[in-house]
Amino acid sequence: MGLNLLTICYLIGSVTFILGLKMLSNPASARRGNLIAASGMLIAIIGTIFLYEDNGNKLGNYAWIFSGLIIGSIIGTLSAKKVKMTSMPEMVSLFNGTGGACAALISIVEFDHLSKELAVNNSSEYVSSIQPTVLIIVLGLIIGSVSFAGSMIAWGKLNGKVKDFSFTGQNILNLILLAVALSAGAYLVINPTHSFLLYGILALALAYGVMFVMPIGGADMPVVISLLNSFTGVAAACGGFLYHNQVMITGGILVGAAGTLLTILMCKAMNRSLKNVLIGSFGGSAAAGSASKEHGAYKEISLSDAAMVMSYANKVMIVPGYGLAVAQAQHACHELEKVLNEKGVDVKYAIHPVAGRMPGHMNVLLAEADVSYEKLLEMEQANDEFKTTDVVLILGANDVVNPAAKNDPASPIYGMPILEVELAKNIIVNKRSMKPGYAGIENALFSRPKTSMLFGDAKKVLQDLLTEIKNV
Amino acid sequence: MQSILNFFSENIQLIYIVILSVFLGIEVIGRVPSVLHTPLMSGANAIHGVVIIGAIIVMGKAETNNYLALILGFLAVILGTLNVVGGFVVTDRMLEMFKSKSKSQKTSSK
Repeated sequence: MGLNLLTICYLIGSVTFILGLKMLSNPASARRGNLIAASGMLIAIIGTIFLYEDNGNKLGNYAWIFSGLIIGSIIGTLSAKKVKMTSMPEMVSLFNGTGGACAALISIVEFDHLSKELAVNNSSEYVSSIQPTVLIIVLGLIIGSVSFAGSMIAWGKLNGKVKDFSFTGQNILNLILLAVALSAGAYLVINPTHSFLLYGILALALAYGVMFVMPIGGADMPVVISLLNSFTGVAAACGGFLYHNQVMITGGILVGAAGTLLTILMCKAMNRSLKNVLIGSFGGSAAAGSASKEHGAYKEISLSDAAMVMSYANKVMIVPGYGLAVAQAQHACHELEKVLNEKGVDVKYAIHPVAGRMPGHMNVLLAEADVSYEKLLEMEQANDEFKTTDVVLILGANDVVNPAAKNDPASPIYGMPILEVELAKNIIVNKRSMKPGYAGIENALFSRPKTSMLFGDAKKVLQDLLTEIKNV
Repeated sequence: MQSILNFFSENIQLIYIVILSVFLGIEVIGRVPSVLHTPLMSGANAIHGVVIIGAIIVMGKAETNNYLALILGFLAVILGTLNVVGGFVVTDRMLEMFKSKSKSQKTSSK
């Protein structure tokens, strides 16, 4: 009876995950979709605690289980409620890492269990009967640990605690690490009695996770997080095989597949192949090559001139980027929009699909600052409107407006769709300095005659600009 | 080799689930607008927190004198819960802003 009921709980869980993901891909139903998936998760968890039976035995250790659940819920809710909108990507990466660690720990405990039984019974029939289980344990351990270590590094990189680090031959070393970890895993599957090997595999997988994310530049972090997200999904599905648990498999594989597709979509938006991102040749060698080129001449514009130009424009298009997110300038940006609106200026936002740290990040940030949904233009719409735009204000965006993507076949970002800001009459670029953007490529846009530079922190510049505009 | 084949035939239902879930996962998010990429990633992140179920089973099966299993299982439950609860709450926070947006949009258009 109990077990049958549990099967139904898991069925409900699986259906809510599918529905939830489906609804998450539509703005109108997204929030409900998230809640539906969450309630399905709750049903599956409660069902497991009270109804699960292992060879006829109910689960025990309720005190441990509930205190773990309560501690996790409190920390999880508090950190999720407190995090700033600009640090969302780090948070997602951190939570992804905890999921990976959870999968790895399950593998360790289950293997410990198996090796105790092996010590009692090591007949060859028994050994061959548990080999598939060992294979799943090893896979779960490797994938979970790589995901955990990688996510922690990605988290550290996004909040600036970990710097990019690479050396020549790193890719080869990484491949060797992975190959050693996999062959140690294969050896353990063939000879499950060598139980100490499991800890060696754990260490290798953790090291690989660190080394794998270390050389990848900040601009590629969204892709990496999305990829690690799908890794954790697969690790969760390994747990599903271990316990013949359908909901873990559906949930895990759904995320694994959807996460992989999302990763590919992101790579496409940047016109790069996944291989290119992973090997990390972009951040290293390409940047070194183009950084040696000299800056072209550029002209600066004073705050009062910029304020003047914008107040007398008919239409201003704001192009937000990573710099806006770092400076947390979304509210100042919305203020500027309101003040300009009062002066009869039409203000819109041009959102490049990969602007900011994650696809859609700019939409989330601007939504937080109460910017109206209909003012956010997607790339194609924006490109149609630039022709009739008087002033484009670029706030900390760089690669997404780099004309090299259109006209320089030698550029590493050649072919990436960009916002064609050059069609507008005037371009004002706010940046902290002339340093190239995250991709490390020079931007010829900055030395065009139409372009003028307005250096400084996005938030401060916007606030100063506001006072100037109010005085015009 | 024989054991791998046995594994396949014993778990054929699960393997079907895997294959169908792969297609479903791809199909279901195929037409997601880029606006929703971040919340979708975050929501998917919360869903793979289903690994918590494995942690609960590990914890619940652990003998009371097996300290390795108890401690690691306990840690796994905490980490898994963090993934689930944190993931869903963060996603909800992101989407909350979208929702309030479409509401105010409606009222302004009226």
